[in-house]
Amino acid sequence: MASAKIDKKVIVVGGGLAGLSAAMKLAENGCKVQIVSVTKVKRSHSVCAQGGINAAMNSMGEDDSPIIHAYDTMKGGDFLGDQPAILEMCLSGPSIIYLMDRLGCPFNRTTEGNLDFRRFGGTLYNRTAFCGASTGQQLLYSLDEQVRRFEVKGLVEKFENHEFMRLVLDENGITRGVVIMDLFNLKLEVLKADAVVIATGGLGLLFKKSTNSTFCTGAANGRLYRQGMRYANGEFIQVHPTAIPGKDKMRLMSESARGEGGRIWVYGDSSKTIVGPDGKTRPCGKTGEPWYFLEELYPAFGNLVPRDIGSREILRICEMGLGVDGQMQVYLDLSHLSPEKLNKLESILEIYTKFTGDDPRKVPMKIFPAVHYTMGGGWIDWPAADDPDRWERFRHMTNIPGCFNVGESDFAYHGANRLGANSLLSCIFGGLVVGIEVPRYLESLTSSVNDSSSKIFDQAIDAERAIKKDLLSRNGGENVFKLHDELAEWMCNNVTVMRNNGDLKKTLSKIKEIKDRYGNITLDDRSQFANQTYAFANQFSAMLDLAFIITKGALLRNEFRGAHFKQEFPKRDDEHWLKTTIATFDPSQDEPVISYLPVDTRHLKPILRDYSQAKKVKPTLENIPANIQLPI
Amino acid sequence: MDDSKTFILKIYRGNPGRQYWEEFEFPNEPYANVISALMDVQRNPVNRQGIKVEPVVWEQGCLEEVCGSCSMLINGKPRQACTAIISGIIKQTNSNIITLAPFTKFPLVRDLIVDRSLMFDNLKKVHAWIDVDGVYNRGPGPKISQAKQEVMYSLSTCMTCGCCVEACPQTNQHSKYVGPQIMAQVRLFNDNPTGKMQRRKRLRPLMEEGGIGDCGNAQNCGPACPKHIPLHDAIAAIGRDVTLQSLKDLFSLPDRD
Repeated sequence: MASAKIDKKVIVVGGGLAGLSAAMKLAENGCKVQIVSVTKVKRSHSVCAQGGINAAMNSMGEDDSPIIHAYDTMKGGDFLGDQPAILEMCLSGPSIIYLMDRLGCPFNRTTEGNLDFRRFGGTLYNRTAFCGASTGQQLLYSLDEQVRRFEVKGLVEKFENHEFMRLVLDENGITRGVVIMDLFNLKLEVLKADAVVIATGGLGLLFKKSTNSTFCTGAANGRLYRQGMRYANGEFIQVHPTAIPGKDKMRLMSESARGEGGRIWVYGDSSKTIVGPDGKTRPCGKTGEPWYFLEELYPAFGNLVPRDIGSREILRICEMGLGVDGQMQVYLDLSHLSPEKLNKLESILEIYTKFTGDDPRKVPMKIFPAVHYTMGGGWIDWPAADDPDRWERFRHMTNIPGCFNVGESDFAYHGANRLGANSLLSCIFGGLVVGIEVPRYLESLTSSVNDSSSKIFDQAIDAERAIKKDLLSRNGGENVFKLHDELAEWMCNNVTVMRNNGDLKKTLSKIKEIKDRYGNITLDDRSQFANQTYAFANQFSAMLDLAFIITKGALLRNEFRGAHFKQEFPKRDDEHWLKTTIATFDPSQDEPVISYLPVDTRHLKPILRDYSQAKKVKPTLENIPANIQLPI
Repeated sequence: MDDSKTFILKIYRGNPGRQYWEEFEFPNEPYANVISALMDVQRNPVNRQGIKVEPVVWEQGCLEEVCGSCSMLINGKPRQACTAIISGIIKQTNSNIITLAPFTKFPLVRDLIVDRSLMFDNLKKVHAWIDVDGVYNRGPGPKISQAKQEVMYSLSTCMTCGCCVEACPQTNQHSKYVGPQIMAQVRLFNDNPTGKMQRRKRLRPLMEEGGIGDCGNAQNCGPACPKHIPLHDAIAAIGRDVTLQSLKDLFSLPDRD
């Protein structure tokens, strides 16, 4: 029975593409939205997405379709993604591009003035719409503008420079609000609402030098895990093949550089041999001549193999001593491209020049793989259109009633490996889904936050005050930033592209050790004003939990699937491991409890994930419901 | 060229009402930038006198010059700290001392952090968005030529970083001038075939105090923009459009598209 007392009030945590897409749709649906963001929402990490957004519009005469897009996404994710969600996302792709176009997103055009598309990794079709090489920035700005429109109308209120600290749950474990902290004056505050949408992005900062923005700590998800949220597929971390090494971060060099024709190479050495994915042993090119190893090993997809494969091959080549100047780097060469193609990549070429002093129009770039994307995240429900209980369940809701999760911070859509240009689509799509599911959830409630006792809010804020007091008073001499460096080094070395059980076990002990030492930190800043040392120290506790979840999940999963590779187990093992990893917090144990859920493969039975041959297949998906209602 | 093995950051830091200079010294390593040096201070917050101090606070985000977070004055010039590569600056200035200071046109929060909310509020004043009918499927947007897309894209890369506002002699905490970036945004939305329909809502606020009339044509803004947005062109174009609109308004001429 719906209650008339339910306010349509929703808190959205995070103001990237997913958060703003959700806020926009919620506001349109008459909800009052409060957005909490650690930064000005316009500065969210979505701005870093460069290459584009996928949608099978089939405007290039290739006979492309959303079904093929869904097939590519399922295969690219090595069949770990629940398929009903993938299918509906791909079906919505074209309408989402049209929507963003109408919102004023300045997509590149053809001579006729239509939308232009480029090719991205893991597909043989040109289905990536783009705005130069800063597509994420442009899409985010378009949503930021719409949200500002709703802000002026009084439907949206922003809490920028505020951080989500914890969820407020009532006696029945139902979401009733959040505790936030003002990052300028460290004041804690309660916001009340019957639904909370988490859209806080990835956790690249755990690995320190990643392509992620510096606020991508994953702390919100880590805190929610402690409050009972299931965290899924943590071990799947995408390493992007091409980034510019730097002292402060790894800067992304977009896949679009290869989409426009960029080639990866090193100088060959015919005295060395390599085994290809076809099982054949071949020499490593000709000595002294450029060896385009991806093109030779994967003739069909060449430089546009999925990211996990690209990263692993680059690492393998470098570990054989073939890296440029003997170092861990390979060439990404654009110097042969036409001025028109280079023009489309201008913004990323400028980044390379600014940070290295070299002009990629003239000399090949030196690049290396870097941690890039978090496939895992908060577990969310996704009832399919024809599931009998479809309308009793809520898409994108976590196992905590009223707490939704969307965007990179959820675990859906990308399985064991995300395809390039699918993230922007999944963020906007997920946001729109939330914009419809949340109001439906609110209508289903029989009691509201207005009925909750003030005690639950007092207790929540008191708990945060206690943590703050404890952290500010610790006095053991350890520096939290140094602990972070140490954790990141272990995670980068042992829990990225090449994993093995020996090193993973050692990493688990190391995380435990760092956790102990974290108890002995001393904050060099104890002030109450814009104290970034304190804010980070608080986040670091959640990061340690996530590090443990990722590493333990990786240790247990004895197979090779997508981004998760172990030399000891070089094959995908569907019999034992076609399942979603679920980490749950048990206060009585010092480790996350790992369990598994089946993967929903109702549309496409897993096939071999082969990228060595060129075949445009016309896949058929099974069991497509007749009653699909897309969010747009 | 200074080939010294170290470099020094001389930072104007502190809280509102109590700002002071403090120096930190770092080994000169390849690829070091202002951000990596500030990160070093977090790990080892000891100043040049060997005194342990509170780590310097600053805003940062993408570190790829697309988010606009890390704006500050570096050797007196407004810019993004992430692209401030130490070796390049030393080469350019022939000095291994680099000064950092917070922007002066915005309220100081602490150290290098200022509150730039005003710029976002100004976007509200000029209706800086497209009025769409709704977030549902209404087919494709208008056709746009490649040439127009290029202009729109360049205007649309504005990160609201505030470098142009900081460089502009007309903006300060007592002035109402909305700043150069607003002119570029008005031009962007007025150029859009759909946005154009609401162009008067963007032009009319610029006729008032704080609008286009407050631009002193010093042209400091253009060179300060890290994204090379054609700010001077935008100001000129908007100036013309505002004049035209005010004449139309004066004579109550009908609006024609």
